[in-house]
Amino acid sequence: MVIDLNNTAGLLLALAPELVLGFWCLVVMIWVAWRHGSFEDQWVAGVLSLAGLVMALGTVIWLWASDARAAQLAGMMALDPYRYATAVLFLLGAILTVLLSLDYLKREGVRIPEYYLLLLFGTLGMMFMGGGSDLIVIFLGLELMSVAVYVLAGIDRRSPFCAEAALKYFLLGAFASGFFLYGIALIYGATGTTNLVLIGTQVSGFALSSNLMALLGLGLLLIGFAFKVAAVPFHMWTPDVYDGSPTPVTGYMAAAVKAAGFAALLRVLFHSFGGVVVWHEALWWLAVITMVAGNLVALAQRQLKRMLAYSSIAHAGYLLAAVTSGSSAGAAAFLFYALAYTLMTIGAFAVLAAAGRGGERGVSVDDLNGLGSRRPWLAAAMTVFMLSLLGFPGTAGFIGKWYILSAAIDANQQLLAVVLVLTSVISAGYYLPPVMAMYMRAPSSPEAHSETTVAGGARLVVALSAALLVVFGFWPNAALEAARRGSTGLTPAVVYTVEGP
Amino acid sequence: MLLGPSLAVSAILFSLGVAGVLLRRNAIVIFMCVELMLNAVNLSFIALAQQLGPQGQVIVFFVMAVAAAEAAVGLAIILAIYRHKQTVDIQNINLLRG
Repeated sequence: MVIDLNNTAGLLLALAPELVLGFWCLVVMIWVAWRHGSFEDQWVAGVLSLAGLVMALGTVIWLWASDARAAQLAGMMALDPYRYATAVLFLLGAILTVLLSLDYLKREGVRIPEYYLLLLFGTLGMMFMGGGSDLIVIFLGLELMSVAVYVLAGIDRRSPFCAEAALKYFLLGAFASGFFLYGIALIYGATGTTNLVLIGTQVSGFALSSNLMALLGLGLLLIGFAFKVAAVPFHMWTPDVYDGSPTPVTGYMAAAVKAAGFAALLRVLFHSFGGVVVWHEALWWLAVITMVAGNLVALAQRQLKRMLAYSSIAHAGYLLAAVTSGSSAGAAAFLFYALAYTLMTIGAFAVLAAAGRGGERGVSVDDLNGLGSRRPWLAAAMTVFMLSLLGFPGTAGFIGKWYILSAAIDANQQLLAVVLVLTSVISAGYYLPPVMAMYMRAPSSPEAHSETTVAGGARLVVALSAALLVVFGFWPNAALEAARRGSTGLTPAVVYTVEGP
Repeated sequence: MLLGPSLAVSAILFSLGVAGVLLRRNAIVIFMCVELMLNAVNLSFIALAQQLGPQGQVIVFFVMAVAAAEAAVGLAIILAIYRHKQTVDIQNINLLRG
C-alpha cells in the first residue's frame, strides 16, 4: 500500500497508530478525571488503557501487513517496517506492564488511576521515538516518554524510596536531555536541517564526516542516548532508580524505555551517520565497558531487584554490540533481541512482584529457597527467564545472542564477539543461583511462599512470556523473519539529492 | 552577523550549567542549572536560525514547552522528597545505594 501524504486521508492513515493511541489517552484521561474514587475505577482505567494499547497494536500490525509506504519523502515520521517493528515492541511491553499492574497496584494499596494514563503517554512518546525521522520529533518523543516515566517512578507518594528514585531519575534524565538537545543544535548548525535522511545526504555529500561541529553534535547526541539506555559509564542512576520504583514500572523502564532509546539511536546512526566511522569506535568501547562492568557488578548483588537492574545494564551492552556492527543484520539482531529481552525482563520482574511485598526491595536470592516444591509452575517460569537472560540454548535469549554474535563477526569485530561470549559466561554466576535456590534448597520455613501468588493478569504475563521465550527458542524463524523485514527500513532505498548549503 | 560570538556565549552558558549540575548539592539549584543548559541551547538555535532559516526559531518554542513541562514535574518531585526528608540536599538523599 502506497500512502499519498499530500491529502488528509493519507496523513491520517500514516499516523493511524499514534492517533489511535492518542485518542485512547484522551478517553483514559477523561475517565480518571471523572471516576477516581475506588480501586474498581482504577481497574476500569487499566482495562481501558489495555483496550487502547491492543487497538494501537492492531493498527500497527495492519499497516505493517499491508506494507504501507510513503509516495514521497516522509518529513517528520518515517513510514517503514522499522517503525512498525519498534512500535510492536513498545506496545507489547506496555500491554504486559498494564496486565502486571492491574493486581499489583491494588495489593500495594496504590490508588492513583493516572498511573495508566502516564503509561499510555510514555508509550506514545516511544512510538514517536521509534518512528520519528526528524531529530525534533525524536526529541519530543523522548521528552514525552521521559516526563511520564519520571512521574511513574515516583507514583507511590507514601514511599520515600519511590520519591528518591523519581528525583534521581528526573535530575539525571533532564541533564541528559540537555546534552541531547545541544547535540541536535550543533548538527542543525553543521547541516542546516534536522531531517535524518537529509542530514545523511549532507554528511556523505559534503564530506562533513570530519566537520568539527557535526562530530561534536554527534558526540553530545551519543552521550544523551547513553544516559537514556543506561550504558556504562552513564549508568549511575540506573540501579537506584530501578530499585526504588514500583516493580511493574521497573520492568517497563528496563524493557520498553531502554528499547525506545536504542530504536531512536539506531535510526539516527544508520540514516544520518552511516558514513561516519568514529561512532563505530566510540560505541565499540561503550559496548565492551558496559558488558564487562554490568556483569561484574551484578555478581556482587544479593538483592534480586538490584541484580536485575545490573543485568539490564549488561543487556544494554549486548544491544550496543548489535548497534556497533552498523549493518542491517545488526539491526535485525537488535530487533529480535529486544523482543526476547522485553519478554524475559518483564517476566522476571513479574515473578519478583509475586515473591515480595512493599516494593520488593527486600527479596534476596535466599528468599526463593524451595520455590520449586511449593510453586512448581512459577519456579519453572522463573527458570526459563533466568536461562533466557543467560542465553541458554533452547530459549529466545540464546537465538538473540547468536544473531548479535554473527552480526558482529560479519562486521569483522571478532574481539567484540569474544567479549560478549566471555561476559555471558560470567553472567551465569548470578543467573544460576536463583535457579539453584528454587530447586536445590529446602524452604526456609514451613509457611514460606504461602503468600507468593500470581493472580489474574500477572499470571497471564508470566505464562505468556515464558511460553513465547521457549517457542522463539525452538522455532525462531517467524520472529527472525519479522525482525529481518523490520530492519529493511533502515537502509534508505532512494538517495535524495539536495542543493548545496 | 554575530554568529560566532553568540555560539561562544551559548557554549559558555552550557558549560556553566553542566558544571553547576556536577558541583552543586541542592536539588533546586541543580534543576536551575539544567534549565540554564536548555536555554543555552535555545541561544544556539536562535543564532543559527539567522543563517539557516526560521526552523531553528520554531524549535525554540518546542524546547520552551518541554522545559515548562519538565519544571512542573520536577518541582512536584522535589516537593515530594521534601515532605519525606525535610531537605533537598542530595547528599542527604541516600536511601538507595549499593
